Amino acid sequence: MDNISREYITKTLDKGKRLDGRKFDEYRDIEIEYGISKYAEGSSRVRMGDTEVFAGVKLEVGEPFPDKPDGGTIIVNVEMLPLSSDEFESGPPGVDSIELARVVDRAIRESNCIDLKKLCIKEKEKVWMVFIDIYTINNAGNLQDAACLASLAALKQAKIPEYKDEKIDYSKRKDKLPLTSLPVECTTVKIDNILLSDPDFYEERWNDARLTVATTEKNEICAMQKSGKGVLSADDVRKAIEASLKNGKLLREKLK
Amino acid sequence: MVYSKRVDGRKFDELREIEAKVGVVKSADGSAMFKIGDTIAIAAVRGPRDLYPKFMQNPKKGILRCNYNMMSFSVDERIRPGPSRRSKEIGLVTENALLPALNLEEFPNAVVDVFIEIIQADAGTRCAGICAASLALADAGIPMKDIVCAISVGKVGGKILTDLNKKEEDYEDGSSDMPVAMLPRKNEISLLQLDGEMKQEDIDECLKLAIKACQKISEIQRNALMEKYQTNQIDDQVDKENQDG
Repeated sequence: MDNISREYITKTLDKGKRLDGRKFDEYRDIEIEYGISKYAEGSSRVRMGDTEVFAGVKLEVGEPFPDKPDGGTIIVNVEMLPLSSDEFESGPPGVDSIELARVVDRAIRESNCIDLKKLCIKEKEKVWMVFIDIYTINNAGNLQDAACLASLAALKQAKIPEYKDEKIDYSKRKDKLPLTSLPVECTTVKIDNILLSDPDFYEERWNDARLTVATTEKNEICAMQKSGKGVLSADDVRKAIEASLKNGKLLREKLK
Repeated sequence: MVYSKRVDGRKFDELREIEAKVGVVKSADGSAMFKIGDTIAIAAVRGPRDLYPKFMQNPKKGILRCNYNMMSFSVDERIRPGPSRRSKEIGLVTENALLPALNLEEFPNAVVDVFIEIIQADAGTRCAGICAASLALADAGIPMKDIVCAISVGKVGGKILTDLNKKEEDYEDGSSDMPVAMLPRKNEISLLQLDGEMKQEDIDECLKLAIKACQKISEIQRNALMEKYQTNQIDDQVDKENQDG
């Protein structure tokens, strides 16, 4: 199982099967655990098959951006830990982990998931900064969807600490972080003209092209990212969006 | 003020509750989780594998590399992701704590990588990391002469005690913290640090407590390893029976 060739995958796909027996548009089993670190404002562990990620939300007080003087800020970071894969190396975040973080960031930002106006403490001076930190624990493919789902789970659980006399008291967390929507990302890969949802490690490695689609509970599409070296047709995009809307519902149900 | 009663009601030589589990990172060669009180560490081993750049290779035996990291949300004040001077030093002392238990002569030119992540931190994180790491090394099948265990002992408000939590580390009227790692078969010390003031006789007493605590931890580690390999044996048996049937 250490090295599965592209040819082996495509041969199996030609017989209408995936290596682990799933249907082409089917997700692996998903498990969400809340509160993995009591010192985080919110935290979660998501398992998607053998893929596993941790996410934690921390809040700090800082200055708002000049163009949004009355809104809180969001900072998403992904650490692709060398603990989680033989292929990840120590060192500052590489381009893959930057892309992963930015695509999660976009889904959260563009769906107005967090009500940033409610995170304003004093206009132009003080707002809450929401840090979402994601750590990969085991890479068995599709870290993107697992990272987004874990972030949402951590945000859903997050409570705002008390802020008094210019000091944050992390021992007292009261109000829930104000959320207005639940964006969920679903990724489709294309191998030899076949579209697969939730790619596993080798399907991801050997894909021709990949499309991540973020959808909301109102069936709106709020972010997309085509990655991989190959191309997609307009029809591929339509089908990938369809699958993402359908699977997005399933993933969102897991968040409840 | 004399520290007469511990903040969490423990006896002075009492450990916090410990939980150990082997096999928590599926794709790693070996892995383990070690929880002591509210401190949680996970460790994964990757290797022995080729070491690059080549000039770092040792043709006589494999080398050990340890990486210690605290997750940003493992404490109240968020930690900026990425290495710090503190985490690098702890990586180094962890390496030295584990090396005496390992036999890497079978793996010339190779490296064994140990990655430690602290998920939740309530003091004693380097010790929890070492306990998890030595379990992960055993799980990876690296030849070892002992399973290293570690505990922090110290003096809080004039009292010598075992396994300080964060509140005790921050105790206003004086707190000294002494992390110790041991090879428990012969009580050999492979890590020793001290943060704070103590008299020589205090250190003697601390070491006695450390030896006692490490014997307990060692038993928990052994049980965690047995648990994984016993259940696997049963699984293998069932598989075999199914095949035969």
